[in-house]
Amino acid sequence: MAEARRRVIVTGEGPILVYGPVDVEMPDGTRVRSDRAVTALCACGRSRRRPFCDTSHRRRVRDKER
Amino acid sequence: MTTTMRRAPALPSPRGPISEAVLSVLRGNRTGPPDVGGSPPYGEDLQLALYCCYELHYRGFGEVDTEREWDPALLTIRAGLERVFLGALREDVPPGSDVEGELDALLVEHVDAPGVSRYLSRDGEPWQLREYVAHRSLYHLKEADPQTFVIPRLDGPCKAALVTVQHDEYGAGDPERAHARLFADMMTELGLSEAYGAYLDSAPAETLAEVNFMSLCGLHRGLRAMLIGQFATVELTSSPGSDRMVKAMRRLGCGPAAIRFYAEHVEADAVHEQLLRREVIAPLLTAEPALAPDIVFGIRSSVFLAARSEERLLRHWNRGESSLRDGVEAGRP
Repeated sequence: MAEARRRVIVTGEGPILVYGPVDVEMPDGTRVRSDRAVTALCACGRSRRRPFCDTSHRRRVRDKER
Repeated sequence: MTTTMRRAPALPSPRGPISEAVLSVLRGNRTGPPDVGGSPPYGEDLQLALYCCYELHYRGFGEVDTEREWDPALLTIRAGLERVFLGALREDVPPGSDVEGELDALLVEHVDAPGVSRYLSRDGEPWQLREYVAHRSLYHLKEADPQTFVIPRLDGPCKAALVTVQHDEYGAGDPERAHARLFADMMTELGLSEAYGAYLDSAPAETLAEVNFMSLCGLHRGLRAMLIGQFATVELTSSPGSDRMVKAMRRLGCGPAAIRFYAEHVEADAVHEQLLRREVIAPLLTAEPALAPDIVFGIRSSVFLAARSEERLLRHWNRGESSLRDGVEAGRP
């Protein structure tokens, strides 16, 4: 049984990584699948491709002031 | 739509004495080694010559005997070209050994930095977008292949993780989903030729140098950590850039294949970034801490060469000119 457990990494900086294919149920009932070996699920709430991470959690800077 | 092996591409036209000599050897002539010393390291002649040498390890050329791949005469020429290319990078790219700092810097989004994807998403015209895709085809039609060369040079957890990334790049068992296939579908949709090597004559030295750097690091075991640095650079910076390309494609009314290629890269590379940092680089550095300077050098060289490419494109576009060597091939309307 223990071997069947999925490996999940809570990165802390952004997404949650889930090993193995996933079938995600969204709040409105729609289901989204990912067949990747590893899926990055958005945990910061900023992704425009939820439930998947699109790296929107990254720090953004302006180099030129004004 | 899918065939197993397409016809190998035609040899390109020479761009100077070095590429002329390499093409002659490729055709089976016993040509003496060219003098590579005075040739500009990032120039058209040297980069095309190097590209042709490396291509034998990928798909080769239609007119070239497969035996040429391990022809000592050609390998001698290649080694000379590599010394010049790598020597120039060693002079132009400052050394470093703080891998974590280098990766952290790549993860910061500079929202007002100039760049091709920003330009295309805001102001790009259809012909410029097609040109960009034609440039990128030199790599993307063999996407992931240069990095696959590094697999037998790795061991343990970092090898397993790198193969996980590559499995995704190659479509996870479905050839129709392979990134190179998605790129080819996009090219067809944009009215470009998806034939492997179709834009080799059009591609300037800046474009070839980026691919040559991957091949150089992939084919030399001693440079394997540079390859990892190069791969990490692409995977870490790809998601935000691909997102801007999705915007550009939508704004210019491109079809579903074009949008799909870049949309897939937003999601896939958000995962690959995590795997590269946590599962490839971290265990590699734990096992071999002495590789840190090479990883940093791989990152900085990739950034340096990518910046040269982007500058070329924007410089030409700002003048309203084609950024390809033969001008309008990518199809100005």
